[in-house]
Amino acid sequence: MEPTTQGRAGSRSALWQPSQSRQALTRRNFLRMSAGAGAGLWLAGCGGGSGGGGGEAAQALGENGEYTGPAVSLAFWNGFTGGDGPFLQEIVDRFNSEHENIAVEMNVLEWAQFYSTVPSAVSSGEGPDVGIMHLDQLATNAARGVIRPLDELVASLQLDEGDFDPTVWSAGLYQEQRYGVPLDIHPFGFYYNKGLMEEAGLDPEAPPQTADEYATALEALSEAGIQGHWVSPFLFTGGFTFYSLLWQFGGDLFNEDTTEATWNSEAGVSAIEWMRGLIEDGHSPTELAADAEQVAFLNGENAFIWNGIWQINAYREAEAEGLDWGVAPIPQIGDEPGVWASSHNFVVMNQRDADPNKQAASSVFINWISEQSIDWASAGQIPARNEVRESPEFAELAEQSTFAEQLEAVHFIPTVPGIPDAMLEIETGVNEAILGTKEPQQALDDAAERANAALEAAREQYEA
Amino acid sequence: MAVSQAPPAPPGAAVADATTGGTRTARSGSSGLVPYLFLAPYLVLFSVFVLAPAVYGLWISLHRWDFLLPVKPFVGLQNYLNLLTRETAVGNSFWESMGATGKFSLFSVPLLLVIPLLVAMVLNKKFPARTFFRAVFFAPYVLGVAVIGLLWRFLLDPNTGLLNYLFGLVGLPDDIPWTTALPWAWVALVAATVWWTLGFNTVIYLAGLQEIPADLYEAADVDGANPWQKFRFVTLPQLQRVLLFVTTVTVLSSANMFGQSLLITQGAPGTQTRTAIMLIAQEGLGSFRMGNATAMSFVLALFLSLTSLLIFGFFRRLGED
Repeated sequence: MEPTTQGRAGSRSALWQPSQSRQALTRRNFLRMSAGAGAGLWLAGCGGGSGGGGGEAAQALGENGEYTGPAVSLAFWNGFTGGDGPFLQEIVDRFNSEHENIAVEMNVLEWAQFYSTVPSAVSSGEGPDVGIMHLDQLATNAARGVIRPLDELVASLQLDEGDFDPTVWSAGLYQEQRYGVPLDIHPFGFYYNKGLMEEAGLDPEAPPQTADEYATALEALSEAGIQGHWVSPFLFTGGFTFYSLLWQFGGDLFNEDTTEATWNSEAGVSAIEWMRGLIEDGHSPTELAADAEQVAFLNGENAFIWNGIWQINAYREAEAEGLDWGVAPIPQIGDEPGVWASSHNFVVMNQRDADPNKQAASSVFINWISEQSIDWASAGQIPARNEVRESPEFAELAEQSTFAEQLEAVHFIPTVPGIPDAMLEIETGVNEAILGTKEPQQALDDAAERANAALEAAREQYEA
Repeated sequence: MAVSQAPPAPPGAAVADATTGGTRTARSGSSGLVPYLFLAPYLVLFSVFVLAPAVYGLWISLHRWDFLLPVKPFVGLQNYLNLLTRETAVGNSFWESMGATGKFSLFSVPLLLVIPLLVAMVLNKKFPARTFFRAVFFAPYVLGVAVIGLLWRFLLDPNTGLLNYLFGLVGLPDDIPWTTALPWAWVALVAATVWWTLGFNTVIYLAGLQEIPADLYEAADVDGANPWQKFRFVTLPQLQRVLLFVTTVTVLSSANMFGQSLLITQGAPGTQTRTAIMLIAQEGLGSFRMGNATAMSFVLALFLSLTSLLIFGFFRRLGED
């Protein structure tokens, strides 16, 4: 067993190391080149030590970025098990019908399973060609050789930071190489039940946006017998609420170079205390189970919920059962605006035997979907690509556009290898603090200590 | 594939062995290779799927091991040493999760030994629709853990669940946090597990009860034994081997508890209901620290081996009494 694993790892590492020819070229040089020639170079670079294939691929990718090679099929994996999956499938179906010689097969796994299955699939040569990963997973998967650098792909498509939201674009880098092409940005947002607001004598067209307004609105709801804002002790939605508030109170999750957790700051404690305050003041039941706040909002029991933009369609479907809802940016509770967000990114998997035709087809696929991301936006997302986000079609998506107003204030989880492990610890810390099994400071301190150990272990693991 | 490589046992020898196999003394020295040939297919399977992976795992546990990284540094016993102290983050998490597994086993094993025995004794009596009830008690066991996990999560939800609603109807507290606070989370996990798996133990007990010769009970009747005495001096001693089996299997499966915690409590509050297997899965398959994960597995395996030895010792002493 042992020799096989080593041999496999060896050949794969050769593939993911940047090739000599690629390093000799600067990024600017790439940008000057035509799409077709650039793609050829990208593919030659990807070929690594295996040699050849470059010229062939240059033929496969036509001058205006069309795929002209022999018919190929691409395996495309992602974790959209919810209501957004069918939206993406529809876009993929349209891609397939418009591209005769590319057949994309989409395979959906639950995210947690996706992130543990894809590495083993890639290492055994059974991995997909293209996938979607969250921003905070890119660095870990890059360091582990699951996904490959996309600098040449991006250059061949003549894409650069001017085409995307700058924050999310720069977050796709690991060790100065690009590993993700951003598809969307999905921030946290504020949803409110208009019916319950009216019941409490509040103006449903003027949702609270400051700490004082929020407190006043919750008081009014309370007097009408409504628990306004249910506080979940779980990542969905308590964790994201904590991150957003931490940034609002001027804190941050990690230090500058992401070697230490800093959420156990005064800002972190203020964030927890505000959340616990909602429970203590009776605006939330105690010790909520997972998803209880979501079920309650769908059933019209709580007036306010802070939840991901991806819930838009879930709430729209609940209109049939009488839910009357609206959206607004996350209220500013702390001293500055701050909202958690993540992003889905296209990634290309490392293959033991890279097929230049498949790679050419992959870049056509990624670019096409990115251009069509307006359809993806209706699944409850903000397109990462500027031309799509600034289009009149996007402006017509009222809720999405409202949440897009927050883009100036959004923060992403930093992209370093092993960051998901560290984030698991703050998830636990928030759970303990909100459930009250530990004092806020203690819970955050303990979580920071465990996260620092996890980050140290990751540094040992990936930077050796 | 592995099976077909084993040489087939000569058919003649098999028949001869089966017919002459009486007492142990009669067989000694005469059977030669035959028993080993019979054992060979299983031995091959055991070696390929249990022994070899275990040895490989031991090797992994001596390294900082991520199967995707080309460099897997040898660290000797460091992964084990980190587990021995609660000073390290990983050791601390590990012993907390071992404690969780221990508590769960402690609460669930006695219930899973006693309740199925009572159910089996009732189901062993003759009454109308007996077969139907036997099926009913066994039914939950055929469901997967994902099914029962989701089912109980809905039932147990403190705010929208059926259980608290029913509690409210009969005047009991209707705001019990079944999945997010202790001790309720343990009550929920143990109850769900007992409901789910009691059918299996019941079936084993039932088979054992049906094996007890009726004349033993008749003799007890003649001696004027009351029902309790019949249970204590006929049923229990006759069930001794079955009890040993059921106890061992139940302890091992309780110690391997994973899905219920993952789905019903998600380890909450904090990580207090995160079991050892849950942590091992997270460490190895989530964080890709397979060296740590295999070291944890071996420590857990050592604990389980010792527990099994204790159980065997206990029943052996019972047998001598």
